[in-house]
Amino acid sequence: MMVIGLAHYLAVAAILFTIGVFGIFVNRKNIIVILMSVELMLLAVNINLVAFSVYLGNVTGQIFAMFVLTVAAAEAAVGLAILVTFFRNRGDIAVDDAAMMKG
Amino acid sequence: MALQAIAFYLMSAVTLVAGFCVVSARNPVHSVLWLILAFFSAAGLFVLLGAEFLAMLLVVVYVGAVAVLFLFVVMMLDVDFTALRQGFARYMPLGLVIGAFLAAEMILVSTAVATRGAAKDNDTPMASGAGVDISNVEAIGRVLYTDYIYFFQAAGLVLLVAMIGAIVLTLRHKPGVKRQIIMDQVLRTPATGMTIVNPKPGEGIGE
Repeated sequence: MMVIGLAHYLAVAAILFTIGVFGIFVNRKNIIVILMSVELMLLAVNINLVAFSVYLGNVTGQIFAMFVLTVAAAEAAVGLAILVTFFRNRGDIAVDDAAMMKG
Repeated sequence: MALQAIAFYLMSAVTLVAGFCVVSARNPVHSVLWLILAFFSAAGLFVLLGAEFLAMLLVVVYVGAVAVLFLFVVMMLDVDFTALRQGFARYMPLGLVIGAFLAAEMILVSTAVATRGAAKDNDTPMASGAGVDISNVEAIGRVLYTDYIYFFQAAGLVLLVAMIGAIVLTLRHKPGVKRQIIMDQVLRTPATGMTIVNPKPGEGIGE
C-alpha cells in the first residue's frame, strides 16, 4: 500500500471516469452539468495517459494527453457557445425539448 | 516513500470527492467550483507523477480558461436550475448500478494491466522517458516538435476552428445600433451627400 504504482493511478482514473458517466445519467436535463461530466471523463482519460506514459518511460502519452486537453478545450468552447445560442432562441436550456429544434 | 503515499491518497481523495460533488451539487455554480478543485488536485497528481508540464497546462488551461468559461456561462444564463434537477432521484439507482459495474470492470482490467502488462516491473516514475537525464518539459519538447509536429499544427487548427465557431455562434447584431459602414462612406459623392435648397426669407429650412 505504501508504494504507489501504476495500478493506483489507474484506479483513481477509473473511478473518476465512472463519476463522469454517473453524472451524465443523473443530470439528464441539465446540459451544463453534462458538459462538466464530460470534462471529468476527459480528465480521467488524461490521468490514464499520463500514468502509463510515466510508468512506461515514454513521453508520447503525455503528448497525447496534451492533444486530449486541446480537444477538450475546443469542445467546451463550442458546446457553451451552442448552449448560449440555444438559450437565446428558447429562453430555456431544458435539453429534452431540444427535439423541437428543426430546420 | 510514505510522504509520497500520503500525498497520493490525499490528492486522489480530493479529486474523487470533488468530482462527485460536481455531479451532485444543487447549484451549477457550486458544480463549477468543485470542478476547479478537481482539476487542481488532478494537477497535483500529475506533479506527483513527475509530469510537471501537463500539471501546469491543466492549471492554466482548465482552471484559468475552461472552468472560468463555464462559470461565466452558468452565471450569464438566467435559468431555474431546480426544474432541471427533476429526475435526479429517478435515475439515481440505475446510475449507481451501472456506475458500480463500470468502475469494478475498469479497476479489474487496469489492475490486471498494471500487474501483468508491460509496466509491471517499473515502480519508479520516469516522466522524462526511460534512461534520460533531462527535465520533463525538455523531453516533451524534443518529441512534440519533431515526431508530432504535424499533430501539433493540427491541434492549433482545431483551436482556431473552435474559436471561429464560438464567435460565429454567439455573435449577433442588435437592431437599432448605429454602426460605421465604410462602404457607404466611401461611395458618398457630392450628388448624394449634398442638396441645394433655396430658403425663402422668414422661413427656416425644413428637413
